[in-house]
Amino acid sequence: MKLDRRSFLQLTALAGGGLSLSLYDRALPRALAQRPPALSPRAFIRLQPDGTVIIMAKNPELGQGIRTMLPMLIAEELDVDWSQVRVEQALLDEAAYGPQFAGGSMGTPINWDPLRRVGAAGRQLMIAAAARRWNVPEGECSTASGRVTHASSGRSLSYGELAQEAASLPLPDPATVPLKKPSEYRIIGKPIPGVENAAIVTGKPIFGIDFKLPGMLYAAYQKCPVFAGKVKNANVDHIAKMPGVRHAFIVDGTVKPVPVLESDPGLEPGIAVVADTWWHAHSARKALQVEWDNNAGSAAATAQSSDDFARKASSLFEQPPAHTIHSYGDIDAALHSASKTVEAVYAYPFLAHAPLEPQNTTASFDKGKLEIWTTSQTPGSGRSYVARELGISPNDITVHLVRAGGGFGRRLMNDYMLEAAWISREMKAPVQLIWSREDDFSHDAFRPAGWHGLKAGIDAQGRVVAWRQHLVTFGDGARTAPSAGIGGDQYPSGRVPNYFVGHTAMPLWLRTGAMRAPGDNAIAFVIQSFLDEIAAAAGRDPLDLQLELLDATPVPDPSSHGRPSGFNAERLAGVLRQVAEESGWRTRKRSAGTGMGIAAHSCHLGYSAQVAEVTVDSANRVRVNQVWVVSDVGRQIINPSGARAQAEGSILEGIGHTALEVTLAGGRVEQSNFPRYPLPRMRQTPQMHISWRITDNSPSGLGEPLLPPVIPAICNAVFAATGKRIHTLPLARSGFTLA
Amino acid sequence: MTPLSAVAGGKVLTVEGLSPDGSHPVQKAWQDGDVPQCGYCQPGQIMSAVALLARDPHPTDQQIDTALNGNLCRCGTYARIREAIHRAAGQQMPALRD
Repeated sequence: MKLDRRSFLQLTALAGGGLSLSLYDRALPRALAQRPPALSPRAFIRLQPDGTVIIMAKNPELGQGIRTMLPMLIAEELDVDWSQVRVEQALLDEAAYGPQFAGGSMGTPINWDPLRRVGAAGRQLMIAAAARRWNVPEGECSTASGRVTHASSGRSLSYGELAQEAASLPLPDPATVPLKKPSEYRIIGKPIPGVENAAIVTGKPIFGIDFKLPGMLYAAYQKCPVFAGKVKNANVDHIAKMPGVRHAFIVDGTVKPVPVLESDPGLEPGIAVVADTWWHAHSARKALQVEWDNNAGSAAATAQSSDDFARKASSLFEQPPAHTIHSYGDIDAALHSASKTVEAVYAYPFLAHAPLEPQNTTASFDKGKLEIWTTSQTPGSGRSYVARELGISPNDITVHLVRAGGGFGRRLMNDYMLEAAWISREMKAPVQLIWSREDDFSHDAFRPAGWHGLKAGIDAQGRVVAWRQHLVTFGDGARTAPSAGIGGDQYPSGRVPNYFVGHTAMPLWLRTGAMRAPGDNAIAFVIQSFLDEIAAAAGRDPLDLQLELLDATPVPDPSSHGRPSGFNAERLAGVLRQVAEESGWRTRKRSAGTGMGIAAHSCHLGYSAQVAEVTVDSANRVRVNQVWVVSDVGRQIINPSGARAQAEGSILEGIGHTALEVTLAGGRVEQSNFPRYPLPRMRQTPQMHISWRITDNSPSGLGEPLLPPVIPAICNAVFAATGKRIHTLPLARSGFTLA
Repeated sequence: MTPLSAVAGGKVLTVEGLSPDGSHPVQKAWQDGDVPQCGYCQPGQIMSAVALLARDPHPTDQQIDTALNGNLCRCGTYARIREAIHRAAGQQMPALRD
């Protein structure tokens, strides 16, 4: 499945349940604009006699804090104290729980309304049960801290005492139950620490890799360093006799030769080594001697290299884009008559997701039925994928959601889940598959590299009158590889009078996929850097230039058929103005070698503007001193501590994007571990000034929209400090390094 | 970094040995500051912090950065880790169990 941000929306529709996205200002597929699903409080809430309220957490937890945040919504409207709540993880059951995936920053928009209604319906049931017991009108009953009270008679009962009666009462209609006013919130809007913090700091076995079953075997799966290469010969008979090893066998795989690889294109060929312990499996695997057919997946596989892609991209810029994505006005005439033109090529590399917990899944195949414990971000799609590839019914697969040590989009793919299921079926035993760090680096579905040729025209007043953008990317004709395309509605589309965006696609035999803010994490670097470059060429403050674009009347665009793009320029201008104010953009003194850069971006229903202050020393080492972040995700920050954590994480990840790259040579990924993929360290953490612009919009998610502006804000600050423009990432390819 | 082979036959203290209930001052500081995101790196971060505080009960930011330079966090919790170490600094640390 192709998992860009648009696909996420389709995915949520496929996942069933539907949702009330009429609350949101983006134009969304019709399939999603339906009534909220009638989720039942009986699926989500269990009341214990001792007053404990068990609330089911429905979504996969990978560090984004969703296992804490979604139960907060239920607890608030149920009207219990957070101290009474115990959170438990739900099984995969989308009929009962609605969509269960972690992607596209959709956890908040999908659940904000339905889960509050689950809580409110639960509260209504408690009131109904108490009113029957006391034979009083429901309207005379009130609730607080998990108790129903009848004030005039002084009677009061705990929810636990009413649980049995409530179980037999008809469910109230969740669409019409009364919801609290925000002024009545006692949980929503309070900083609530992660519900598993105590388990984490005491080292409890809560991650996928910690899971154990009786009689469980451990598997390593050796794949070809070149994607989908096949085994010609391997010493599996020798390996099978090694200590602790139960079986070693060659798997042909199911990947088909296709022009554009999906993120999950089928089972990759390889060699499974299954043993009594992970150490036995790992040690035996190291003794493997394999002759690979590197080009079994694609004849062109080993000819691929990052250097060659860059050369090809340069030559493709000599021709017009092969595919027009969107165009209006008269771009050629406007560029011709402009007082000044600015032209540049921006480039960014492949990136790896690199979560710290390597991919793993435990699978137990028994008599045609499969039980899976996985860290997947898309367990529902994973189940369909495994069912299809194994030729069994999804109804015969039970999936348990287990906490993941980071995701960042990597676990949207379900390759490890399929491998574990396949090996368990072969072994007729429960098997835990654990990838090595090297497996994870070499077999990711990478953030795709890209090259953008840009040309802009400026009039005598320094206004942008023409914007032409040519993306050289991966794919086949009009079709781009997962997360490798650009939308025709991407700002500044619609804000400049003459506009063109098109792409030319090169073939690629490597999986690509969604990585935190897919598409946007690369496109914001390009667009926000180029706007800064245009401003410099026009002798203008980049903030003024950007506000002028955002404040302008949108350009009528006949090809859009009057559909709103959903992009709200006022919200982006709002966060820009606020971050300029908070950072002292217009007044702050810049000492020698220090510069400030500004950038803003909207994606995943959110809006964020940021200012970075950097110092560049005489050896061109860049130190990010401070970052100001102002974001608009609507009227309510649900968990301020978790929200701030997403902002902090986005800043660190953005700093990482300026320094990291994955390169290909001979069809192989050259980075195999962290020494060649240096994640930011503690000493590189800047001062962070994080605040929110509260607007009257429904709350939206925070996993992604704060990341994209970090990268251009830093690059624009480097320009301000040095006069040198970062056209190519990572910084090392533009003559700088991160201090 | 210390390879496992270098401690063969020796005693190794892991996060489970600080306290079973999370009551060690460093574990408490981690919870009070809501430090973890995914949590996968945190046992290592905590143990580096405990070792640092045993050497220096009041470390500066720079000393913390140096002492924890070998502990990667992919989620970006570094600022909260620093704050948590400052919060735990100077508190009476319990004797570590065998």
